[in-house]
Amino acid sequence: MTQVIVETGNRVAGLACKVARADVIAAYPITPQTTVVEQIAELVEGGEMNAKYIRVESEHSAMAACIGAAVGGARTFTATSAHGLALMHEMLHWASAARLPVVMAVVNRAMGPPWNIWADFSDSLSQRDTGWIQFYCADNQEIFDTIIQAYKLCEDKRVFMPAMVCFEGFILSHTSMPVRIPDQKEIDDFLPPFNPPWQIDVDNPVTHGNIVYPDWYMEFRYFMYEAMENARKLIPEIDKEYGKLFGIEHGGHMEKYRCEDADLIVLSMGTIGSEAKLAIDSLREQGHKAGAARVRVFRPFPADEIRRMADNAQMLTVIDRQVSYGMEGPLHTEVKASLYSAKDPPLTTGFITGLGGRDVTVRDIENMVHKSLQYLKAGKVEKDVEWIGLKE
Amino acid sequence: MRNTLTFDMIFTLLFTVVPMMPKAPKGMKDLPLTPLSLPCEASTGKTGSWRTFRPIVNMEKCTGCRICWVYCPEACIELNEKNQPKINYDYCKGCGICAHECPLEIIEMERERSGQ
Repeated sequence: MTQVIVETGNRVAGLACKVARADVIAAYPITPQTTVVEQIAELVEGGEMNAKYIRVESEHSAMAACIGAAVGGARTFTATSAHGLALMHEMLHWASAARLPVVMAVVNRAMGPPWNIWADFSDSLSQRDTGWIQFYCADNQEIFDTIIQAYKLCEDKRVFMPAMVCFEGFILSHTSMPVRIPDQKEIDDFLPPFNPPWQIDVDNPVTHGNIVYPDWYMEFRYFMYEAMENARKLIPEIDKEYGKLFGIEHGGHMEKYRCEDADLIVLSMGTIGSEAKLAIDSLREQGHKAGAARVRVFRPFPADEIRRMADNAQMLTVIDRQVSYGMEGPLHTEVKASLYSAKDPPLTTGFITGLGGRDVTVRDIENMVHKSLQYLKAGKVEKDVEWIGLKE
Repeated sequence: MRNTLTFDMIFTLLFTVVPMMPKAPKGMKDLPLTPLSLPCEASTGKTGSWRTFRPIVNMEKCTGCRICWVYCPEACIELNEKNQPKINYDYCKGCGICAHECPLEIIEMERERSGQ
């Protein structure tokens, strides 16, 4: 039976792990860990969840344990945040290159120093090139649905890659919202048990992750590239299938809001994308043809879709909750790169804001749009990158 | 003696778990999704020649506790019927871990002489 609960993002993520019937959860229990794994520990300990919970001494070990369990054929889950994710870095490469469908909740929090536990994307976007699929959520329902969808995607034999389901610290992680939890049986039908094509077997021993010399190494990397391209095709399909079964769709790669006839589109990720919808409503009332598109999947990056969207728009306003020092906001970079081969690319401008949990309000987004509209009127972008909300 | 383990032996078809027959890859289609190597003895040849000190077990005092067998990082200790160690000197690099771990201290590390 479908249930509606009111829960925080963290608890919803833990519940999704249970409903997905993860077999092994390995996690480090202390800061920067969040209550995601606390919830799972309770469920396992209380006998509500039939899984092995491994408490480890670091995030590096947490991922290593997930890798071992996944090689053994288990459906695995872990969660981390900020510095914990950074400590995992080496093992992130290992999981993806070993082609293991580990799913991880990443509660996005700022990197220190200065020490800060609030939201921004500096932790997960720093892991861009580790070969992990990256989803970014805008509400608690999406956290739940995306974790279920991530298993479906990652365990597809055309993919076999791990995925991070990212959501912003406190804004989602500690905020309660109503969430629809579908019936377990229906979820089981959508997500059958993990059926690995191979697994470690003591009777047929092999060494996993052995040396490969330069004459064959590149081929294995090409397989990963190919898998990401396959994931790119599958993500909207899985989202549609899920939507059909459970009545909730999230837009595949991108959630688009009033974009069809928009001259100006606000591109963002995570909860700024929800906030942007309110800004768009207000801007439309003021007579501006504006729309908002929220990038749900950062890897594989929806370059084609952004190019298609740009066919009609004249201006893209890109909001980043992260900065790549020495360049600009990472979303801005990717958007511009996607547009390079467009016939008549729109103007773009990038705004950096909301770092370390600073609030990004509807008014802030409207201001960014007004600035962009001035550029559009002038036919020239005066400032390619601008920081919003800095104190004088 | 590098590369006695050839690539013929390394790759095995991934999606058909049985039978695990070694197969030389001719192209990408023959590769598994992720590299695996099949068990084989000593891919870099007889590493016993690297040894400076040779472990000698006093078999009369050995109780067969198997500690040396557990600790040997090269897995080059086999056990006889009394669970006493039989060191394979073709592959023993002389690291001395067995001697260090032996609870009875009955494994001596003797310097190798040339020609031995």
